Amino acid sequence: MSQKTFAVALMDPPYESENLTTAFRILGAMAQRGHNIKVFAYEGASALAFARQAPHPNPVHGKNAAEENHPTTKDQVVALLALAEKSGGMVDWVNCGMCVDERGVGDFVAGRRGSPADFHTFCEASDNVLTISTK
Amino acid sequence: MAKKTLNIVESAYRAVMEEQDDTILWLLAAMQGAGAEHTAVLRGNAVNYAVAGQGAPGLTIGGWQQTQAPRMDNDVIDLIQKRKIPVLVIEEDLAARGIERGELVPGVELISAKMLPKRMAEYDIVSHW
Repeated sequence: MSQKTFAVALMDPPYESENLTTAFRILGAMAQRGHNIKVFAYEGASALAFARQAPHPNPVHGKNAAEENHPTTKDQVVALLALAEKSGGMVDWVNCGMCVDERGVGDFVAGRRGSPADFHTFCEASDNVLTISTK
Repeated sequence: MAKKTLNIVESAYRAVMEEQDDTILWLLAAMQGAGAEHTAVLRGNAVNYAVAGQGAPGLTIGGWQQTQAPRMDNDVIDLIQKRKIPVLVIEEDLAARGIERGELVPGVELISAKMLPKRMAEYDIVSHW
């Protein structure tokens, strides 16, 4: 299979919908196959890589933090980048700078600060574009 | 004595993978532990929470793996058996989705949508989620 480049726009914030779980499944499949991925994390999605996310215990489940093993999207972003690198692809993860500022989530574990111009560039340079927007 | 609250849960499977539960069922369980007196009504797509044997594989991304993916049927059982929160399910919404009574977890109570207004009158608070 030849290596492709995909631009992906994400918009949902963490912990608010199933869209991001679906997105990460698709992104993981792309990365697994060695494709290049260009992510534009827009609006709420700009918090996906926020470094101060923390797993927590869940008293309703009766589990401590280790047992609950609560997912954080920042770990998923890091895992995605590692998987792509291992598979011969590359992820360019751009967090919308204004969106980050609005939310105070400028401390990211991965990716870089960018703007809608990056998404335009991504679209121009990609074989296909996937938009997963907030509804 | 706590105010009695009827909670109509309609939004379903919203962020359950990331939260590893439903945020409203979780809230009711936590509040019940703090002394609240809740009843849950599953309507719309949320009736599927009561279907036994459901589940989704945890998310896996390379070396990262989710180990505690949600089981909504178990959470409904937990509400009923451990939290003593009655769970009602709207019959018409089950029928519209082709779900039979025998597919549901034990302990849920079926109620017709037509009877819901009368049931509401038994509560101090009605919340629609």
